[in-house]
Amino acid sequence: MTAPQTPAEARRLVAAFLGDHDPAGPDALAFLQARFDAGLARPSWPEGLGGLGASSALNGPVDDAFAAAGAPDNRPHSNIIGLGMAAPTLLAFGTPEQQARWLRPLWTHEDVWCQLFSEPGAGSDLAAVATSAVRDGGDWVVNGQKVWTSLAHESRWALLLARTDPRAPKHRGLTYFVCDMDAPGVDVRPLRQLTGETEFNEVFLDGVRIPDDQRIGDVGAGWRVTQATLMNERVAIGGATPPREGGPIGTLAQHWREHPEDRTAGVHDEVLRLWVDAEALRLTSARLTQQLLAGQPGPEGSGAKLAYAQLAQRASAAELAVLGGEALRYDDWTARRPVVGDLAERTPGFRFLRAKANSIEGGTSEVLRNIIAERVLGLPGEPRTDRDTPWEDLPR
Amino acid sequence: MSLTAETPTTTDQDEDAGALPDLLYSEVEEDLRASVRALLAARSPWDAVLARTESDERTDTDLWARLGTELGVLGLPVAEDDGGAGASWREVAVVAEELGRAVAAVPFLGSAVTATAVLGRLGADELLTALAGGRSTVALAVPFGRLSGTAPQATCTRTGDAVSGGVRSVADARTADVLLVPTDDGALLQVSTDQPGVTRTPVVSLDETRPLVDLVLDGASGSVLATEAADAADAVAYGTTVAAAVLASEQLGVAEWCLQSSVSYLQDRRQFGRTLASHQALRHRCADLWVQVTQARAVARYAAACAAEDSADLAVAASLAQALCSDVAVRAAEECLQLHGGIGFTWEHPVHLYLKRATSSALALGSPHAHRSRLARLVDLPAPTDEEPA
Ligand SMILES: Cc1cc2nc3c(=O)[nH]c(=O)nc-3n(C[C@H](O)[C@H](O)[C@H](O)COP(=O)(O)OP(=O)(O)OC[C@H]3O[C@@H](n4cnc5c(N)ncnc54)[C@H](O)[C@@H]3O)c2cc1C
Repeated sequence: MTAPQTPAEARRLVAAFLGDHDPAGPDALAFLQARFDAGLARPSWPEGLGGLGASSALNGPVDDAFAAAGAPDNRPHSNIIGLGMAAPTLLAFGTPEQQARWLRPLWTHEDVWCQLFSEPGAGSDLAAVATSAVRDGGDWVVNGQKVWTSLAHESRWALLLARTDPRAPKHRGLTYFVCDMDAPGVDVRPLRQLTGETEFNEVFLDGVRIPDDQRIGDVGAGWRVTQATLMNERVAIGGATPPREGGPIGTLAQHWREHPEDRTAGVHDEVLRLWVDAEALRLTSARLTQQLLAGQPGPEGSGAKLAYAQLAQRASAAELAVLGGEALRYDDWTARRPVVGDLAERTPGFRFLRAKANSIEGGTSEVLRNIIAERVLGLPGEPRTDRDTPWEDLPR
Repeated sequence: MSLTAETPTTTDQDEDAGALPDLLYSEVEEDLRASVRALLAARSPWDAVLARTESDERTDTDLWARLGTELGVLGLPVAEDDGGAGASWREVAVVAEELGRAVAAVPFLGSAVTATAVLGRLGADELLTALAGGRSTVALAVPFGRLSGTAPQATCTRTGDAVSGGVRSVADARTADVLLVPTDDGALLQVSTDQPGVTRTPVVSLDETRPLVDLVLDGASGSVLATEAADAADAVAYGTTVAAAVLASEQLGVAEWCLQSSVSYLQDRRQFGRTLASHQALRHRCADLWVQVTQARAVARYAAACAAEDSADLAVAASLAQALCSDVAVRAAEECLQLHGGIGFTWEHPVHLYLKRATSSALALGSPHAHRSRLARLVDLPAPTDEEPA
C-alpha cells in the first residue's frame, strides 16, 4: 500500500477500514488488532508494524477519525511509558524480530510497559546505575534495586538499564534490556506518594534471567539507547500540543468563568499571565512538532518539559488561590493504586500536589537546565571527575 | 482602634516612624523556645505526626495537655490574675514558631491564640481562665479560610439561648469543648460541644495535622458572650487579626525547617561523584531561601510585637505578615521538595507535611491575595477603578 499523503487520504483509509470493521462491535481488542494490522495504529510507524510509513502529521487526523466514529481506543493515558517511550526506542534500536514481538500488544494495550531506570543511588546521575547484568550462557542474570518505577505493578514489560561492565567508565559499561515483569526474581513493592496514592514502586531484581534476545542495542551501548528513551520521555511529558485551554490552564479558566463570586483583581492578573504562558507553551510545542516533521529536531524538547512543569505548578497553585477556603479540603488520602486518567477530573488539591512531581519525573528541571546550557547553548559543563574513571573505582 | 473599619491609615505624623519595636528575641523568649523545642522533640517527632494523620485521634491531646501542665504555655498573654502567665503575644509567637517547625497537631492557633484574643477582648474572664489553665479548649466557629480582621458572616441563627445552623471548614474544633458561635443577629455565644445539638463532621483536609470539621448546630444551647453586634464583630475581627499575626510565626517555623532540611540533604546526597551542595546553582537556591526566611522572621516579629503592644499598625502588620510569610513558607516547602528529588515526593518523607501545612496556612485567614487587597485599602493604594483605558 502506498502511504497516504494528506489527512483527507488518511481519513479515506479509515472510512474504508470502518466499512469492514464495526467500531461498536463486542470485541474491542480484535478491533484494535485489526487496526494495527491495517497500518492505521500510527500511520507514521513502518508498514507491517502498525503503520504505513507516512508522515507523523497524519497520526492525529487518523486518531480523530476513529474517535469520531466512536471506535474503542487503546487507552493511551494508561500506557504512557509504552507508547511514548518504549515504542520509539524499539523502533529506533530494536531488531525486526523484537519490533514484531512487542509493538502490536503494546499499541493495543494488551501489554503495559514501565521504565526500570532510577535507583536509590542513581537519579539525576542515571549513568551511575549499579544494577548488574552478568552473562550466563544465552541469558543475562540481573541483580539490583530500582526505585520510583511508575506502573510497575501493572506492567508486563520493562525498559531496563543495567551495568554489564563495572570496569568500564560509567557511561560505557551499560546495556539496555527489556525485562519480563512476570519473570521469577522480580519483586514489585508499592511506594506511596504525597497525594496518598501508590503510583510508583520499588522493584527488586534478584537473579532475574533475561534471554539475550531481549537486549536492545549492543552490549555496552546502553547509554545511547537510554538517551533516545529520555528524549522521547521529555517530549511525551511536555511536548504535546493540546487545543487552546487544554492542559493545566483548562480547569482554572473554566472555574474563573463559572464562579464570578471567586474573582479578585489580584488573582485575575495571575490567571491572565498563566493564560498567556499556556498559549506560549502550546505554540512552542506546536513549532517543535513541526520542526520534527520537517526533520530538524530543535532544542525546544527539554525546554518544553521545563516550561510545562512550571506552568502546571503555577496554574494549580492559582486554582487553590481562586478557591480560597474551599481549597483547605481534600478528597481522599487513603493509600491506593491510582486510576490513571484525566487530571481535569481530579480535585484542585490533587492537581496541586501531583504537579510537584512534574519538575522531578523524567529528568528534573535542574538537569534539563544543564542540558539546555551544555547541549543547546554549548556552554561548558561543570568540571567532572567521574567520566573516565572505571565505574567500580568511583566514590559512592 | 476599630479593626473592622477599612479607612486608610496614612503614616501618623505624631508617631515617630523610626521607633520600631524590638524585633529580636529576648533571653526569656529563647528559653521558652528551648523548652518547647525539647518537648516537641521528645513527644512529637515527625513520624509520629505522620502516623497520627491516619489515626482516629488527629489531635495530639497528650502533647496539648503537656503544653499546658508542663510548660504552661496555653495562657501566655492572659493576665496572672486570670490564671495566665502575664506574658504577651510575642511569647505566644515563639511557641507558634516551634509548633510550626514540628508541624505539631495541637489546637494552639485556634484556642491559645484566636479564642484567647476574642475572649480577652470581650472580658470573658471565666472562660479565659479555664482556657489558660488548660481545662478548656475553645474554637471560634468561623470558616478557617475567612479573611482575618473582618466581622463574621454568621450562618447560625439564635432563638433565645438556642443556636441552629452550620459552619463549614472550622479549624481546631475537633477536640474543643467550647465553641464561640457568631449568630446572624450579631451576637456571639459560647456553646458547649458536649450536647446532642452539636455535630462535628470531620473533613478530609489538605492539612491533616490541623484538620477541619463541618459543624452543625441543631437547637444547641449556649450562653451569650456579646449581644451588641459591634462588640461581637470587633472581638472576632480583633481575634482573627491577632491570629493572622501569630500564624506568621508558625509559617516562619515551617520555612525554617524546610531551609534547614534542604541544606543538610544537599550536603549528604551525592550524585555525579560529588555532593549536591557542591553545585553552585543549588547553593544559590538555598541562599535565596535564606534571604526570604530572614524577611519572614522580621515581618513575623513585627506582627507579634504590634499585637503585644496593641499597636495602631496591627492591622497593617498582620496583613503584611500574611502576605509575605504565606508565600515564603510555601516557597520554602516547594524548594525543599524539589531539592530532595524523588524522595521528596513520597509519603514516607516529612516534607509533604510541611508543604500541606504551608499551603493550608496560606489559605487560612485569607489568602496572600486577599491580604494584599486588604493592604491596598489600609495603606491607601487603591485598586484601579477602570480596567481598560479608552
Ligand atoms: C512521580 C514520579 C515518577 C517517576 N517515575 C519513574 C519511572 O517510572 N522510572 C524511573 O526510572 N524513574 C522514575 N522517576 C524518578 C525520576 O526520574 C528521578 O526522581 C529523577 O531523575 C531525580 O533523581 P533523584 O530522585 O535521585 O534526585 P537527585 O538526583 O538526588 O536530585 C536531587 C536534587 O538535586 C538536583 N540536582 C541533581 N543533580 C544536579 C546537577 N548536576 N545540577 C543541578 N542540580 C542537580 C535535582 O534537580 C534535584 O532537585 C519518577 C519520579 C517521580 C517523582
